This record gives sequence, C-alpha cells and structure tokens, in this order.
Amino acid sequence: MNTALSWIKAYVPGLECTAQEYCDRMTLSGTKVEGYTALDKNLEKIVVGEIKKIEKHPDADKLIVCQVDVGSQTLQIVTGAPNVKEGDKVPVVLDGGKVAGGHDGGPLPENGIRIKAGKLRGVESAGMMCSIEELGSSRDMYPDAPEEGIYILPDTAVPGEDAVALLGMRDTVFEYEITSNRVDCYSVLGIAREAAATFDKPFVPPVVEVKENGGNVADYVSVEVQDTDLCSRYCARVCTNIRIAPSPEWMQRRLAASGIRPINNLVDITNYVMEEYGQPMHAFDLDTVAGHKIVVRRAKDGDEFQTLDGQMRKLDKDILMICDAEKEIGIAGIMGGENSKITDNVKTVLFEAAVFNGPNIRKSAKRLGLRTDASGKFEKGLDPANAKAAIDRACQLIQELGCGDVVEGTVDVGKPLAPLRVLPFEPKKYNELLGTQVSEEQMLAIFEKLDIRIIRTGDGIQLEIPSFRQDLLGRADLAEEVARFYGYDKIPVSLPKSSSTTGKLSFKLRVEQKARDIAEYCGFSQGMSYSFESPKVFDKLMLSPEDKAREAIEISNPLGEDFSIMRTLPLNGMLVSLSNNYNRRNKDVRLYELENVYIPKALPLTELPDERMQFTLGFYGDGDFYTLKGVVEEFFDSIGMKEKRSYVPQSGRTFLHPGRQADILYRGQLLGYLGEVHPLVCENYSIGTRVYVAVIDMPEVLPFATFDRKYEGIAKYPAVTRDISMIVSKDVLAGDIETVIATRGGKLLESCSLFDVYEGSQIKEGCRSMAYSVSFRAMDKTLEEADVAGAMKKIVNGLEQLGAQIRDK
Amino acid sequence: MKEKLNAIKEQAIAQIEAVSAQSAQALEKLNDIRVNYLGKKGELTALLKGMKDVAPEERPKVGQMVNDVRTEIEQVLEKATEKMKRAALAGRLSGEKIDVTLPAKMNVIGHRHPNTIALEEVERIFVGMGYEVVEGPEIEKDYYNFEALNIPADHPAKDEQDTFYITGDILLRTQTSGTQVHELEKGRLPIRMLAPGRVFRSDEVDATHSPCFHQIEGLVVDKGITFADLKGTLAEFARELFGEETKVKFRPHHFPFTEPSAEMDVTCFKCGGSGCRFCKGSGWIEILGCGMVHPHVLEMSGVDPEEYTGFAFGVGLERIALLKYEIDDMRLMYENDIRFLKQF
Repeated sequence: MNTALSWIKAYVPGLECTAQEYCDRMTLSGTKVEGYTALDKNLEKIVVGEIKKIEKHPDADKLIVCQVDVGSQTLQIVTGAPNVKEGDKVPVVLDGGKVAGGHDGGPLPENGIRIKAGKLRGVESAGMMCSIEELGSSRDMYPDAPEEGIYILPDTAVPGEDAVALLGMRDTVFEYEITSNRVDCYSVLGIAREAAATFDKPFVPPVVEVKENGGNVADYVSVEVQDTDLCSRYCARVCTNIRIAPSPEWMQRRLAASGIRPINNLVDITNYVMEEYGQPMHAFDLDTVAGHKIVVRRAKDGDEFQTLDGQMRKLDKDILMICDAEKEIGIAGIMGGENSKITDNVKTVLFEAAVFNGPNIRKSAKRLGLRTDASGKFEKGLDPANAKAAIDRACQLIQELGCGDVVEGTVDVGKPLAPLRVLPFEPKKYNELLGTQVSEEQMLAIFEKLDIRIIRTGDGIQLEIPSFRQDLLGRADLAEEVARFYGYDKIPVSLPKSSSTTGKLSFKLRVEQKARDIAEYCGFSQGMSYSFESPKVFDKLMLSPEDKAREAIEISNPLGEDFSIMRTLPLNGMLVSLSNNYNRRNKDVRLYELENVYIPKALPLTELPDERMQFTLGFYGDGDFYTLKGVVEEFFDSIGMKEKRSYVPQSGRTFLHPGRQADILYRGQLLGYLGEVHPLVCENYSIGTRVYVAVIDMPEVLPFATFDRKYEGIAKYPAVTRDISMIVSKDVLAGDIETVIATRGGKLLESCSLFDVYEGSQIKEGCRSMAYSVSFRAMDKTLEEADVAGAMKKIVNGLEQLGAQIRDK
Repeated sequence: MKEKLNAIKEQAIAQIEAVSAQSAQALEKLNDIRVNYLGKKGELTALLKGMKDVAPEERPKVGQMVNDVRTEIEQVLEKATEKMKRAALAGRLSGEKIDVTLPAKMNVIGHRHPNTIALEEVERIFVGMGYEVVEGPEIEKDYYNFEALNIPADHPAKDEQDTFYITGDILLRTQTSGTQVHELEKGRLPIRMLAPGRVFRSDEVDATHSPCFHQIEGLVVDKGITFADLKGTLAEFARELFGEETKVKFRPHHFPFTEPSAEMDVTCFKCGGSGCRFCKGSGWIEILGCGMVHPHVLEMSGVDPEEYTGFAFGVGLERIALLKYEIDDMRLMYENDIRFLKQF
C-alpha cells in the first residue's frame, strides 16, 4: 500500500518528522515501511514562468524562442515544444537546476539531469520549460498534461513561485507492508491512527456529515440479498443530478501518489474513499439498473458476463453476483459490468458499499484470473461497521465537491452488527509474557491511543475492542499492543531461567553426520537436489514397466511435469548432478547426497508415506567399482558394524551394468547396492564415461549402527602368517574363498587378505591364480606351527572342495 | 714397558688421525684400528698377556698404565668416530636438499554443502544452549502444517498457489513449524527443540527462489518463558553466528502461530551497520521470524497456556548460507557443480 505523507498528516496534524524518522518509527511500532520516494527528488530550481513573447528561431524550423517572466527577471528560453502559447504559465528550471527525467518518460536517472544555460542552434537559452515527464511523473498521474510538450500550470500561478509545490510534489510517498491481521491498516485512516499513536499526536479523522437534498432512497432502489453467507451487509445510497468533471487537484494528487490514476470526480471519489476507509465502493448508473432493484446472489455454472473492461468472463455457482431485476450487472467485490458502467452522461448514481465473504472473493478472483484493488481489499475480510461510514463519506464528498445531490437515507441490508468484544485488562499477565514491568497507566494510555475503550467498573477494568480491530482476540494480542508501543527495543534481554535440558542430536542425525564425514574423507562432496522430479526419469533409468519404483506419489498442482512426482530413487538427482559436472568438463567428480525418497504405502495416498533417508555416492573419473566399495566399507566400519558385510553379485537392477552390480548385506539384511551405471543410462544423462554409484538405505542401517566402543587390548604375542596360493575357476568368487577361510580358520584365525590375483597366459583358461595371506594369533601365547596346522588343513580342504588347486601345498 | 706403551699409544692416535682426515667412508677403517689395538688379538691385549714377565710388585702399576692407554685410545677413537658420523650425516643431508616450493601432494577430501555447513553451525549454537535437534515429516498432514498452527481453512496462506498438495489432506510441508506441534503433542515438557528440514513452496526457480528449500524451526516451552527470553536467546544466536559485534533489532510482525510476533534484523555483517549495497543502505539485514507461541496453538496440542508459555522462531537456512557465504544465486545450491562445492 502506497500513501503520500501529506494525506496521513491531514489526519495527524501535529506530525513533524523526517522521512527516515517516520520510516524507522512506524516500522518499529509494527507498520512496516518498505521504502519511500520523495516526489521532488532531483527537482531543483524550478519556478513558475509566464511566457510573454514567442518568436521563431532564426535557424531552426522546429524551435521557438520564448521570453519567460520568472518573477525576478525575464529569461530567453528556446524550446521545441509544440504546445506553448503566449500567456501560458509553465514550470521553468533555471540555470544550474535539475529535472528528474527526460521528455521521453523513460526510466529516471538516479541523479537526475542538470540543466545549464547555453545556446540552441546559436540562440541563447537561459533555462528549460518542463514537461510532466521531465518532472518525474506521467500523464497517468497528471491527466491534464498534454500528450507531447510543456505542462501548462493553472492561470492562477504566480511567476517566480515554487512550481514543484504548486504541482503537489513537495511530498513523500511511503510504501507499507501491511500484515494480514491488520485489515484496518489497508486504509489511510488506519495508518494515520497508527502514526498518531506512534508519534503520540492526536488522531483527527474526517468529520462525516452528509447534507442530504431530500427525497427518500427507498423510492429509488430496493436491495435483496439472497446469499447472505457471502454478503453480510449491503449499503446503498443514491445521488442525483450528477455533474461529471475533473476532481479537485488535491484529490487527484493523493490518488496519484497512491498509484491510482485520476479519471473524473465520481470515479475518483469512490477510489478516494476506498483508500481512505479501506472499503471498496462501486457506482452504478441507476438508470441502467432494471427495476431499480439490486439482488445479490450466486451465479450459475456456465454463465457468461462482460465486465466493464470489455472482457467476457466465465462464471460458476460459487461466484457472487450483483444483479438487477432482470440481469447480472457486476461481479460482487471484483468488477462491475459493462452493462451498468458509469458514462459521462450519467444522471443518477447508485453507490454500493458492501461486505463480502473474504475467502470467497479471493477464490473467485483467482478462478476468474481477475484480481482488482477492490477484491484485494475484500479478500482480507472487512469490518462490517465500516461500510456505512464509507458510503456516507462518499456522499459527503459528492455534495462538497459539487458532483451531485444526495438523496436522503441509506438502504442497509444485512445481519445486525455483532456487539463489540470486551476483554479483561490483565496487566500482570502482559508483563509476565513480555518480561517487562510496564505500569498499568502506561498500558491504558497505549490502549486509549488505539481507540480501545476503557470500561471501569466496580470489579476492575475491562477493554472494549473497536470493530475494526478484529485481530484483538485475547490476552496475547493485547500484550502485543503494549509491546509495540512500549517499544520492542525497550523490552529487556534475558535467557530462559527455567529447568535445564540436554542439548543433543538424535541418533539418526549422528549416523548421518558420520556418513558425511566418511564420504568427505574419501573425497566425495555433498550435493543437494530437488525432492520432486519428472515421471520420465523412470524411462531414463530404464526401469522395467513393472518396477515398483515407478509407483511414485504425484503432486496434484506441480510446477510443471518436470517437478510432478516425489522421487522413489535417489539416482536421477545424482546422475543429473554428475552430468552437469561432466558437461562442464570438470574432471574426477565425486558427489554424495543424504536425502529422502518417498515410498507410498498405497496409491493414492491415504496415509503419510515412508520417508527413507538414502546415502547416495556417485563418481566418475579416477577410481573403479572397488574404490566405491572401499568408501561403503569405511562407512560401515565407522558406525561400529563389525561383522563382515557381504556383497552379492546381482544383475537385476536395469540401470546398472549387468556384470558389475552387487547387493550389500549385513547379517542377511539388504542395506543397499552399488555398481557401475549402465552405459545406456549414462548416455541418457549425456555422460560419456563410466559412472559408479552406491545407494545405502539408511533406515536399514540404523539398527546395526552403534557408537559404543570397547577396548579389546593390543595383542602381546606375534601372529603366525601362512600364505595359500591357488588356481581356481573364475566362477568361484573371492567372497566364497573368504567365507571358507573364515568358517574353517578356527578361533585363532585373525584375518585373511588377498595379496595377488593373476589371470593370463600361464593360467588355465577360465581360471585365475589367487594368493591369500592368512594370519593366526592367540592372545595368551606365541603360536607354534602345530597350533595352526590343523586350521590350515581344514582351510585347504575347504578350498579344494570349491575346486581350487592349491599350489606348494 | 712404558716406552713401548707410549709408542703404541702414539702410533694408534696417529693412525686414527690419519684415517679421520680421510673421507667419510673411513668409519670401517676406524673399526679396524679398534680391532688392531684393543681387540682380543690387538697389541694392547698382547702386551697385557706379557704381564707375566713383569715383576709382581710392578704389575698393578703396569696394569694401570695399560688401562690408561687403552682408555685414552678409546676416547680418541670415540671422538673420531662421532666426528666422522656427523660429517657423514651432514654430507647426506646436504645432498638431500629439496625444492619446498614444488606443488603439494593433496589428499582429495570432499566438501560439505554450504547449507549443511550453515546448519551445523546453527545446531552447534543451539545444542550448546540445551536444544535437542529433531525432525518431522516432509510430506505432512494439513492439520500439522496449517490448522494446528492457527491457520484455519480459509486462510490465504493455505492458498494452492503456495502449497503443493498431494491429496486434499496431505501436502508437502510449506514450513518446519509443524514440528512444533509434533513436539508439543508428545507432552514432554519443558521443550527446547531445534527442527531443521526441507520445505516446499510453489515458487518458480530463479536467483532468489526455489520450490525446495530448508528452514530451521526453534521452540522453547516452559513455565515463565518471556519475550525477553526470546530476545536474549536470538541475540546470543546472532552474535555466535555472525560475530561478537553483531547487534539485533526486533520489529513487530504477524504470524498466525505466534503472538506477539517479530522479525529480527541483524546489523549488516558487510558494513557493520553503516549501510552498503549488500544491505540496500539500511545497515540491517532481515534474518528470521519469531514470537511467543500463540496460546491457542499450545491449547490445541494439549498444553495449558495458563501454566506454560514459550517462544518459537524460524530461520531460512538458504538465506543464512547465501548471506554468510555471499552466494548471489540460489540455483547454484542445487546444481552441485564441483567448482562451487569446493569453495566451502
């Protein structure tokens, strides 16, 4: 909401402050000022000039030479403007002065444009006559300005006086950010009331007295509200003998500063009252209202209606309409109809000030794609008591501005106003909530400034809340009023004194922190990607049509198809990130993510889905499958999973290389998988190199994770190490061999490690040579050959059962 | 005898000196000398063996003399050996000089996402103040995201244009505030909670908007919690996060689930409050929303507002990270370009 400071000051007469001071103090008392613009910014040395004489320029057909009386002297000024004539009063910027913009009305330069005396085609020119654009405004705001040329001032202007003031530009426009609870502040009066309270000055709202010119409104119009759920009050008044003319300068200036284009007295008055009271109004030409009857009712599905902007609108049964005896004449609270709009020939006007259901207006405006100043106000939910005040104010202005005569009486249809809310005065509670010691007197003074009536009874004090403060419902709301005007900055600073609590991270978060640490130690950087993606990713990942992962949760109102389903796999995000890097020619990129996938329990959703944290690692460049396996192993070690993890070869994941993928199991439980990405999937993501990914399903890992550690002692006795070298079929996996060693090695077996693998010409086709170093240790003695011979024999036997041919036995 | 001893001594010393003067590889030769004179078959040993020819009363004296000579030779030998070892070491070291300005052999270490770095910083501060870090669901019931937070059915904040819906009743949470309700419902008081998490709003992607972003929710509920406590806690937080000199300013604001409500600004950490382009000249930067928990919110979740009060706050994680690390485009946060991530 934008408003000129001069308009606020009209109701807060004693208000004196700089623009910055106003901005700061209003913001601190809760009426946030977003910014302000001085209308006279970059306007310097601009006075009224009277053109005394006009001659042709000797050397230029399009220029004229003017003698201009600027009060103290007469200046010669050359101009190309086509519209000036002798006797015109015009704004003149003197030598060394400044204007705000160029005559083309383009964006205003930050520091304006300095004007200096000089020669134009050889003729001296001592200054410049200004167009409205050069003064930093536009024809929208000054409709009397010519389309092209110099702005002509009223004849009453006196040469030499300040032209900027005369144009109403010695003013500052403030932009407010009003919070949704303060419906009353979407009005000049509301903000003025806050300003008065903030600066501790009296608040003097306009005194509304309507001079009526007889007649009886009931003879002119009747009102029937059929859908009372959507219209709680409808006030109508009638004005006759309408004389359309421009509205006075002051009204035009105030509207223009609010960003509303002045049109004519009648339209301007309705807009003015909307700004001043926050109550939208509508004016119908009564002669177009059939039967002189207003009916407020819902539209029918499929109805069409032409609004006064000439557009055809499709209606539905939830849109409230204003109708006459025969037809629809306006969309309630949003826009009037073409068929009843005010023309310059209007004789009799019907004013409407109504209260419509806020949410309904908001939804209707949205469905119609037609959000207007009026609907913007209605949707916040208006004070029903305000409608009558506003319509009276409009009629007062009609009469005072000579725009027409006011018919006696108001048609006022609707539910009786609810009684005003009364709340107990609880000073101790307010102070307890705020941590302050504000005195009762101070509190009551604050409430009084806000037009809260203080009722003193034998039992104590009660507070009567004015109807426009629908946000004050209880103790906390009143405490906030105290805080705002006592000053948030004056409230002391303390720390909670009460009972102590333990600061900690949940176990899940600690395990995730460990995952990040390990990934980073291993050179992987953390990425983040959106939780939603396109359903097309399933094809990109080459999932089979029956794949469970395709059963994803759909967003009913997504930002387009690309963001329409909640991911069930973390792979797309990872591959997109790797692809971004690959295509930007970044080398050896290692990324990880720790983010949720969303697995529905049933579709469509009837209960919340399973949100499963996925630890996803992916890389291309330096490294291979075993590099990634190493990271995964480090992670399991770091979270205390001491037993051996098994890696079971798989081929079922369609997005992975069929010969390079494995399930990760721990105590028989599937924890995740890793593998090389299928080359066709890489192609789908425009990655021209091998990519490896690992996905660990964290909820499966958590039950096995522990941060408990126990010291197991350091072995005092040396280990005995035996090497076993064998030739074995390639079909026998290292994992199988290790299982044999582990299960047959006996209690003394400490570890086994593969130290050589060879396949090639010296080895039988389909076989490879493998060599393990097996280590035995006892905690209580130095082992002798005899102690391990038995175990070695068992191991060798087991390996032979696998088909291994043991060398150098 | 004495002369003989002296002759041996001088000969030995002369040999040692001669060897010492040679190159550093002469250590072995020194050992040869040791063997020649002091060894089992060495000259001094031989001399001792000839003691039987010495008169018995002379023997102690001669023995003493032999030992003296032995000690002396040993000492000289020792010194020479030591000197030679040092010379040899010095020679090796001078040959091992390296160019210390050659490039470092870096360990490849990954980098945390700036969001996570900022989050962990915030968590550290609040965990230190006794807050427990918890989480809530990202796909949430309407009740927890709106209704229980005093945002009734017709509230504009519920408009579809802001919220992604899955069904009429299930949505992508638009704020982490719902975790307040989950914590309150557990009924374990007092509460000091920090709930970071991902939230969703229907905003098109641009330099300052993302349909997916993160918030950190804070909640304290106990007997006697005041607005002054809120101010003190958040001022402490701002100083920890942005530096000891940071000042804070609380402006009245409105949130449906807090009353009184406020927005907190911090002095611009670029200019210190004097005004610059970063803070658009104001010297202040808006950082979070906060307030006293609305009594109706407490009540709806089964906490008696006559007995308990509390405060809550919500911080935009990306906002903190963008400001703190001076990142000028939010899209960078979700592109995962390694050249970006490596800078944190």
